[in-house]
Amino acid sequence: MIADDQEFFIDPNRCIGCQACVQACSECDTHKGQAMIHLEYVDRSSSPQTAPVICMHCDTPTCAEVCPADAIKKTPDGVVQSARKERCVSCDNCGLACPFGVPKVKVEIELMMKCDMCYDRTAFGKKPMCASVCPSQALFFGTREEINELRPRSQAVNEFQFGQQIINTKVNMMIPKEDDDSLIMVGVADPMSVDDMMMDGLFED
Amino acid sequence: MAEIPADRLQTLAEFGPNLHYNHGMTIDPSLQIDKEVDTHCCFCGQQCGIKLKVADNQVVGFEPRYDFPFNKGLLCPKGVKRYLQGGHPDRLTTALQKNTAAPGGFSQINYDQAIQEVAEKIKHIQNQYGPESVGVLSGASLTTEKAYLMGKFARLGLQTPYIDYNGRLCMVSAAAANKKAFGIDRAANPWDDIIGTDVVWISGANIAECAPITTNYVWQAREHGAKIIVVDPRITPIARTADLYLPIKPGRDIALFNGVLNMMIQWGWIDEGFIKGYTVGFDELAESVSEWTLEKTARVTGIAEKKIAQAAEIWGTAKTSFLLHARGIEHHTHGVQNCLGAINIVLASGRIGRENCGYATITGQANGQGGREHGQKCDQLPGARDISNPEHRAHVAKVWGVEPDEIPGPGVDCYEMMRKIHSGEIKALLTLCFNPKVSLPDNSYVGAALDKLDFMCSIDFFLSETAQHADIVLPGSLQEEDEGIITQIEGRVIKINKAVDPPGEAKQDWKIIQDLARLLGRDKGFTFENPGEILDELRDASKGGVADYAGVTYEKIDKQGGVFWPCYDEDHPGTPRLFEKGSWNPVANGAGPFYFPDGKARFVVAPYSAPAEDIDDEYDIILTSGRVVSQFLSGTQTRRIGPLVDQYPEPCIEMHPRLAEKLNIKDNDWATVQTRRGSVTLRAQVVQTIRPDTIFVPYHWAGKRSINQCTVQAQDPISKIPEFKVCACRVVKSLEPNYIKEEQSLLQGAVR
Repeated sequence: MIADDQEFFIDPNRCIGCQACVQACSECDTHKGQAMIHLEYVDRSSSPQTAPVICMHCDTPTCAEVCPADAIKKTPDGVVQSARKERCVSCDNCGLACPFGVPKVKVEIELMMKCDMCYDRTAFGKKPMCASVCPSQALFFGTREEINELRPRSQAVNEFQFGQQIINTKVNMMIPKEDDDSLIMVGVADPMSVDDMMMDGLFED
Repeated sequence: MAEIPADRLQTLAEFGPNLHYNHGMTIDPSLQIDKEVDTHCCFCGQQCGIKLKVADNQVVGFEPRYDFPFNKGLLCPKGVKRYLQGGHPDRLTTALQKNTAAPGGFSQINYDQAIQEVAEKIKHIQNQYGPESVGVLSGASLTTEKAYLMGKFARLGLQTPYIDYNGRLCMVSAAAANKKAFGIDRAANPWDDIIGTDVVWISGANIAECAPITTNYVWQAREHGAKIIVVDPRITPIARTADLYLPIKPGRDIALFNGVLNMMIQWGWIDEGFIKGYTVGFDELAESVSEWTLEKTARVTGIAEKKIAQAAEIWGTAKTSFLLHARGIEHHTHGVQNCLGAINIVLASGRIGRENCGYATITGQANGQGGREHGQKCDQLPGARDISNPEHRAHVAKVWGVEPDEIPGPGVDCYEMMRKIHSGEIKALLTLCFNPKVSLPDNSYVGAALDKLDFMCSIDFFLSETAQHADIVLPGSLQEEDEGIITQIEGRVIKINKAVDPPGEAKQDWKIIQDLARLLGRDKGFTFENPGEILDELRDASKGGVADYAGVTYEKIDKQGGVFWPCYDEDHPGTPRLFEKGSWNPVANGAGPFYFPDGKARFVVAPYSAPAEDIDDEYDIILTSGRVVSQFLSGTQTRRIGPLVDQYPEPCIEMHPRLAEKLNIKDNDWATVQTRRGSVTLRAQVVQTIRPDTIFVPYHWAGKRSINQCTVQAQDPISKIPEFKVCACRVVKSLEPNYIKEEQSLLQGAVR
């Protein structure tokens, strides 16, 4: 069992895209050589911004709800597992339905595999591989007291709304505190530009 | 003659780089582990703690080392996959002899026979041309014990002044600037001082890719309210969310620092008490920067005036601060001046030598720091002593049991050694831990130099592109096959622990060097039984020097989680933070915290000058080079680790869409970069995250993919660091180059 006070927190603002998490994920004993974490550029042409996505481990996992073979199980401590090999029909319903886009069907072995929060580590008191190594600590595993002390400007949320659907997750997302006016919010659609910072007219043709 | 004996593709096929994916626990998670060894990563200067899993004398996996205070388990992708060097198919397990008839150009020979041959050749050449006809190139990824031994071996074993090391390409300009300003060359603070500071100023340091674990320190500083200022020609991942990003034109850093200092003076954002009490030279410096108005600074640096003013204000009005820089400002013909400019704005602020007030250059190589302190640098003896200083020579001579005049005088930097090979002064070369064929600028010149050697011997664990020139290759040791100390990014001395024995006939490098000394008939002083004995002598040799390791022991490192030098004796815990008020050092002897007789820091005037090769009508684009997170230095190790190669398979030419449009180049098109030295054809990566007047190409690759075919030989006159960060180029759209098809036919498409 994962200790009650040990939680996962994601802060994409910190992510530097180094892929230490991806490389470490592929070292997990239960899925050697395969990374279950997703790390993608949001739009590399305009920004080096990347976003790491692990399974959010929903209280009511949509992937399990839509599975026609009842192949996706949740542990008593709330970790949603990869599909069971003997049941999975690799139909990809889970992949299509998951609001976070996490499950992936491995066509070559006809099995859905996904992040299980390194259950072989976390159930035995160790931190997951990705959060253990993450150099920016965009991925953090620890207690709520620790995260509150380390991230005084952020708050953890674990309730997400997708259309009509409200989802509560075991994994937390860090977002800026509402009263933090020192932050300048820059949207993805409005990336930092070298032009803003350069002398006017230097590079006009 | 040290020419490459076989066709490039044949050598590739025989000796790699081959990509290693499946090994140890990757294949069998239930593998019985014999032991887990607490040690450190083999790559960059941060020296993250890591546990290596060992089975049957091979490193087969890793586990985070949560208890090491610097990184607390954190690792970058290189650290995660470093274990794939274990059991690598390219690993050299026997000595090799050049043989044009053999596959790949080399045949295996017995170690004893090989080293005998090396000794005979060196003796013969030295008899004919004198001791100075032999040169040594070594490296800053070696343990300090090995680096020390290399310096001693060159001077006493070979009696040649010609030894230099690959740290010459790394941070020697910062080292020189630190010595001029502070009298000592070391990061002034432990990294803990970053957290809690008001401002973190980062100049020319792609922290997220080149020192990834430092990212957490910077972000943690921000959590506690720090403003982050990043100065870089590219929006790097650390720049993306900075409070202020200044897209400086490559090679103009000193102009920015001078402009900021001028504004600090004008607005009274300087610490007059500190300047009066703890420094000299401010008035002359103030006079020299008065010409750097905002308008002029903006014109030279290419940064908008208001952004420079904001930076000056954020920096000037802070109560605490930490300035970090790296190769971005150091790899220049005025690298020393750039670093002095950075130091000047630190000293003028008075924010150094106390909690959360700091300054550091970010070490690149594993032992970039320790490797430049104990004598493998051409002008230096152990303890950061000066090889031209009679007192320093006398101290080291006594420890070595020789007369001072038996120690040769200063040699020349590694690039000058290449020129001396071309001119015929140096006839034979011994290399260890240095791959100049890839890492030096204008590397066609380097290859041609190596071709001219009468004899060359390389000690290596994989057949690097440089070792391919060697007549004899001796199988050396990987980091995990030996023990010893390394001084990491903060000035903290840490201990590498041995996890496995070298495979086959491979040997620890220090044993090979001692074997060679014995066969040369110079075994006096080269009879150490283990690295611990080398350290004991190094401690004596460094005692009383600025880099004083007299009290550094393996036991103390283990007990304290490292020892920050200077560490004067066995009871001394070390010195995490330099320059604290009231602190003692052997140079000032109580007069003040800085390492000069009067205890005061020096402001040094740092005039601006343009890069050696500025753009013109013919070559109208700035070429700058650097690193990516998944590769390391010349790639001898990381180009052999499959998952790291997959992460960033081959170098690209980063360019702004506006430049790309002008050149009619689209994302992923082939393009050729041309300079006065050479050209390289690679794919374009069109991104808005770079200045439109600049292109960036990473340098980890060899042969036709090497950007160092294009870079310029120009060097800083003081430190001799090459100007990797600026030269003039032009770029044209191109077709897929022939080397791609050739490799695909022979090597199943894998990029090497």
